[in-house]
Amino acid sequence: MNASLDMNQLLPEIDHRHLDALEEEAIFILREVAGAFERPALLFSSGKDSCVVLRLAEKAFKMRRQGNEFEGRLPFPLLHVDTGHNFPEVIEFRDRRIAEMGERLVVGHLEDSIQRGTIRLSHPLESRNGHQTVTLLEAIEEHRFDCLIGGARRDEEKARAKERIFSHRDSFGQWQPKEQRPELWSLFNTRIKPGEHFRAFPISNWTELDVWLYIARENIPLPNLYFAHQRQVIRRKGLLVPLTDVTPPEAGETVEEALVRFRTVGDMTCTCPVESPAANAAEIVAETLTVTISERGATRMDDRTSDASMERRKKEGYF
Amino acid sequence: MNDDLQHHALRFLTAGSVDDGKSTLIGRLLYDSRAILADQLDALEKRAAGSAIDLSLLTDGLEAEREQGITIDVAYRYFATRQRKFIIADAPGHEQYTRNMVTAAAGSDAAVVLVDITKLDWRSKPVQLLPQTRRHSLLAQLLRVPSIVFAINKLDAIDADAEEAFGAVSEALNQFAGQAGIVPAGIVPVSALRGDNATVRSAVWHWYSGPTLLELLHTLPATDERHDGALLIPVQYVAKQGEQGTGHQPRTAWGRIAHGSVRAGDTVQVFPSGQTAVVAEVRHAGAVVDACEAGQSAGLVLDRQLDISRGDWIASAAPLQTTQQFAATLAWLDTEPAQVGRKYWLRHGHRWVQARITAIDSRRDIHTLEDTDAHELAVNEIGQVQIEAQAPLPVEAYVANRIGGALIIVDPASNRTSGALLVSAAA
Repeated sequence: MNASLDMNQLLPEIDHRHLDALEEEAIFILREVAGAFERPALLFSSGKDSCVVLRLAEKAFKMRRQGNEFEGRLPFPLLHVDTGHNFPEVIEFRDRRIAEMGERLVVGHLEDSIQRGTIRLSHPLESRNGHQTVTLLEAIEEHRFDCLIGGARRDEEKARAKERIFSHRDSFGQWQPKEQRPELWSLFNTRIKPGEHFRAFPISNWTELDVWLYIARENIPLPNLYFAHQRQVIRRKGLLVPLTDVTPPEAGETVEEALVRFRTVGDMTCTCPVESPAANAAEIVAETLTVTISERGATRMDDRTSDASMERRKKEGYF
Repeated sequence: MNDDLQHHALRFLTAGSVDDGKSTLIGRLLYDSRAILADQLDALEKRAAGSAIDLSLLTDGLEAEREQGITIDVAYRYFATRQRKFIIADAPGHEQYTRNMVTAAAGSDAAVVLVDITKLDWRSKPVQLLPQTRRHSLLAQLLRVPSIVFAINKLDAIDADAEEAFGAVSEALNQFAGQAGIVPAGIVPVSALRGDNATVRSAVWHWYSGPTLLELLHTLPATDERHDGALLIPVQYVAKQGEQGTGHQPRTAWGRIAHGSVRAGDTVQVFPSGQTAVVAEVRHAGAVVDACEAGQSAGLVLDRQLDISRGDWIASAAPLQTTQQFAATLAWLDTEPAQVGRKYWLRHGHRWVQARITAIDSRRDIHTLEDTDAHELAVNEIGQVQIEAQAPLPVEAYVANRIGGALIIVDPASNRTSGALLVSAAA
């Protein structure tokens, strides 16, 4: 996972001071959450964005002493919403990283919501991605979280580009885009009434490229799904669908082997890899510079249904 | 261009009236700088069904915006050239969304105010500018956005007369700017639709020899952090952070430095307790460092245990000037009018205090730029007010420093952010 190319040689036009400025802003936001809220939590999916936020949180709240290891504990737990359809590599990574760091993990299981009857699937292999919201809101209620830190970026999607850094959610967990609070300077209005909560996005202003530059610079561990590997896939509607228990081939489709990596890791039923030989963060940086398809366009089946699918899900409480 | 400038991202907002072509201009900047990827372009081409693609659809991200064809809320967009990275805050033009324009302006290094030539009677002198052009320029100036650029758009609609129209409107803009105390960073003739002078020089308007909008944006300065002057830190977060193996857990006070710098050995004063201490260690992003300066969040470990918590301020050893009463410019953003005598929450730095508006001295008329007598401020109005806070605050004039001179005012009943306060002077 170590960067094998000299970053400065690769990218003469990108200065690390830009990353320093983004880091400075993100750490400020994280400390604001810790200072302003009583029961915050950090949404941790093991995806690259949440791994970056986790490193930023270490820098905000821990001290790095001899040996370069961080010591201390974050002032909030991590929260993962497990759809039950996660890639096994991701769950393995999550548990290993959190044990290494000595952090507290809270898991909201979508399966439990199905048992409770708060989620009803129309068929057993239905994508569980959209249903996550129910489990997320149940976890917020159960643990009385008043602010959830997320790794969402404004460059990901049009509705995300509209969201504030501190995003107010009503007592139903809903985002109301027309009622957003003005965000003036860094004087965040974090006042809430009982039952309401906030979502806070420390890396709002980062792009996919910034994220990879930072991963390379900081040597941030990621699930190996992000790096080139051989995988059985099915070609479907211009996407590479990974062969899994929950995404079997349809009639007439053939399974083939390809050299792929994931640009994003989410629910197995809706996350697709891209063909790529990039085996480390520096190579991915180089690839990201020349990519012609957006992260979501290349990898997500669920966002293609409608121009407003993300917005609708966010209004319902999706992160 | 100096090296420092070149590498700092420029945050700029775009403003203008509804249909002035803001979204198209942003779409043009993104499109020409190849920040739009193939799948996003595909989606636009499908929508266009054979006719010219609508670049504005790239930024209007909400359902209601696409339905109504207007921009409701600030959208943030990113693009980069080989010289510089840019963050665009696409602010809505419609008057009812002025609060979002104020949101965009508060964090910006520059404002690009669009002027739609097709909405102006540029043949009759003096040319009357649209109220929104004046309002947006004024808001940007009031919030001290360091650079204000005017882009006269849709000149492609009157190609033959473009030079004359540009000249007449430039004159009106310069006159208005002069009255308002604005020094424009540039006035650029553009066609966002066709692409003239956005990123590429116009092939037809040979009469214009100035920079393209992008060339201009490459040269504008970013941020106004002041490294000189006395130390001032609003305390954001205080935590115990361990030292390896010793079991010793000193308290670290974290806060982003408003101005000045700090290093170990400096004597500092904590407000409001007034106690002084010597800085034993300066921390930054998980490491011990020699010093921190304005813009960075410093973690201070002091040589003695002081009562210090979020909302306090750390300053140089000289006593901090504080006051409970001060005059300020108020941009009112709430549909419920500003009420003299009513208690509101104020946020200054990381401190919340109760406060009252004790008087509304005047309202700024955006047409004449005159201050007229007023007794209340309605939504989207700007005026001069007197504030009385329940506790003394170390406020500074906003012109001297954004962190010490900016406050928000919050309605205690609704929790809405009702207004933005910019301190004029301590009363």
